[in-house]
Amino acid sequence: MFTVLEPGQLTSVQDQGRRGFRAYGVTTSGAMDRLALTIANLLAGNPSTSAALEMTLRGPRLRFARPAFAAISGADMQVRLNGQPVANWSSFAIPAGAELAFEHATSGCRAYLALHGGIPVPLVMGSRSTDLRAQIGGLDGRMLRAGDDLPVPDAPLPKLALALPPEMLPRYASPGTLRVMMGPQEELFTAAGIATFLGQPYAVTHRNDRMGYVLEGPKIAHSGAPDIVSDALCPGSVQVPGSGLPIVMGSDCQTTGGYAKIATVIGPDLMRLAQSKAGDVIRFAACTDAEAVQALREERALYQHIESAVHQLRG
Amino acid sequence: MGPSCEANQWRERGADPTMPLAEPTLRMLDCGESALVVEFGSSIDPAINARVHGLARRLNQAAHAGVLETVPTYRSLMVLFDPLILHRDVLKQIIASSCAAPDESHASAAGILTLIPVAYGANFGPDLAFVAQHNGLSEEQVIALHTSTPCLVYMLGFTPGFPYLGGMNPRLATPRLESPRQSIPAGSVGIAGAQTGIYPVTSPGGWRLIGRTPLTLFHPQTQQPFLFSAGEYLQFTQISAAEFEQIHADVAAGRYTPLRRPLSQGGDRVHGA
Repeated sequence: MFTVLEPGQLTSVQDQGRRGFRAYGVTTSGAMDRLALTIANLLAGNPSTSAALEMTLRGPRLRFARPAFAAISGADMQVRLNGQPVANWSSFAIPAGAELAFEHATSGCRAYLALHGGIPVPLVMGSRSTDLRAQIGGLDGRMLRAGDDLPVPDAPLPKLALALPPEMLPRYASPGTLRVMMGPQEELFTAAGIATFLGQPYAVTHRNDRMGYVLEGPKIAHSGAPDIVSDALCPGSVQVPGSGLPIVMGSDCQTTGGYAKIATVIGPDLMRLAQSKAGDVIRFAACTDAEAVQALREERALYQHIESAVHQLRG
Repeated sequence: MGPSCEANQWRERGADPTMPLAEPTLRMLDCGESALVVEFGSSIDPAINARVHGLARRLNQAAHAGVLETVPTYRSLMVLFDPLILHRDVLKQIIASSCAAPDESHASAAGILTLIPVAYGANFGPDLAFVAQHNGLSEEQVIALHTSTPCLVYMLGFTPGFPYLGGMNPRLATPRLESPRQSIPAGSVGIAGAQTGIYPVTSPGGWRLIGRTPLTLFHPQTQQPFLFSAGEYLQFTQISAAEFEQIHADVAAGRYTPLRRPLSQGGDRVHGA
């Protein structure tokens, strides 16, 4: 068991998401940065599907009643174990009675804490992810609070602490350019509107959460009304309501929406938005399906590479 | 606040049996590298919606490797897939040939109707009197019209299990509240514009509430989290306050089995669907 001494700004249990219920209006949820979650799990000796803690901007303080084996990844929250600094993107043993403290994110926005064996909260509809709006999954369907006790698995712990080699570390200094595939409704925008979207910088605002990111920048012109007959949304969908300002949907996005969607941020680039903060500037660049699939292939290859390296080191 | 009232903006069109079904428009639109949207039209139309659910059914039954999830909406189907398992062009071919073939699953899988018991008026539906007055009807007439015909579940969304319904008698159309209520009890049945619906979970909202069902529309802890699926039908049926309490207790104790049957039994007349 571990106890939440301070919860941080928004800390919740997340895995790779709840699949198969979008047809019923249930969002997928899951980690906003699936790359960081996956790497934390692999470093902790878990399958990539294990549940971990997702922390936002300012992390929690936790006390472990029993020994555990952990890995941290994502935003750098200057983690300390019993007061001693712990490197990000590494795994380490936690002795019984130890305090693990996260602070403000110095780079990135969301950090992940994986524990060997996962966080054994009950599966709800096939996932341990917290769906904050539907109030299901994770710990009673909500973010963590001070005083919460969370279970740790009863599993033998690995002994070998590992760190991701520097050349593999994702960089969160700036979200940079996000690749998009145009559509499904780019025809509802003028040529000038599309040129604005692809040519101008947009700023991340404080109006961002796990559902979506409202961006600030030049207005994108529709060719007609901004409303459509509601159809399906997915994480990465870029909705443009009548305001002309784009909204990029996140892991908790509602399943359907009624605004025209100019483009979709490709999955492998979405985590860079998830690691951005208010004030960060992003640009959009159109890519082909082949380029997007290649980016996904590279992401999966990285996981395989890390997994086999971890496997080899642990013998 | 609350789900958008599509039927207000997008006039529903009844199925016209004289219109030929051949050569319907079908567009496949990219939605990122892991999703495809198959669009059958641009309006809220039971015939178009039936094609959406027909394709969803066939894809779900075929269980092609790489197809992860299908999301039916009014007039299109989103297919979420793993492009490293299933190439987009192959998926498009599967969809095109699936849409060209006659839908043999239709007769058995479609047309399921779930009866939704509703206690109307009083505390259950504080706006029943307003809806009656607004439309020049008695409260009894409102209830009779609301329970008279099955409603098509075009799609689910907004909150888990929230049905976007077609088929409400247009004589019941009533504008939303000017300022939404902070908290509407789960199971509340309401009207917004030309649309009727049920709130599956307690949430804020601006619909005119005419009644409440004791059924639970969202059971996340069970094998069957939802009472009904998109593409099926609901029919409201009136119950007394005493029956509400009894069914509510039975639902809580796991003793209640919702009444589900094929649509065709009992000579259902379907309006707007």
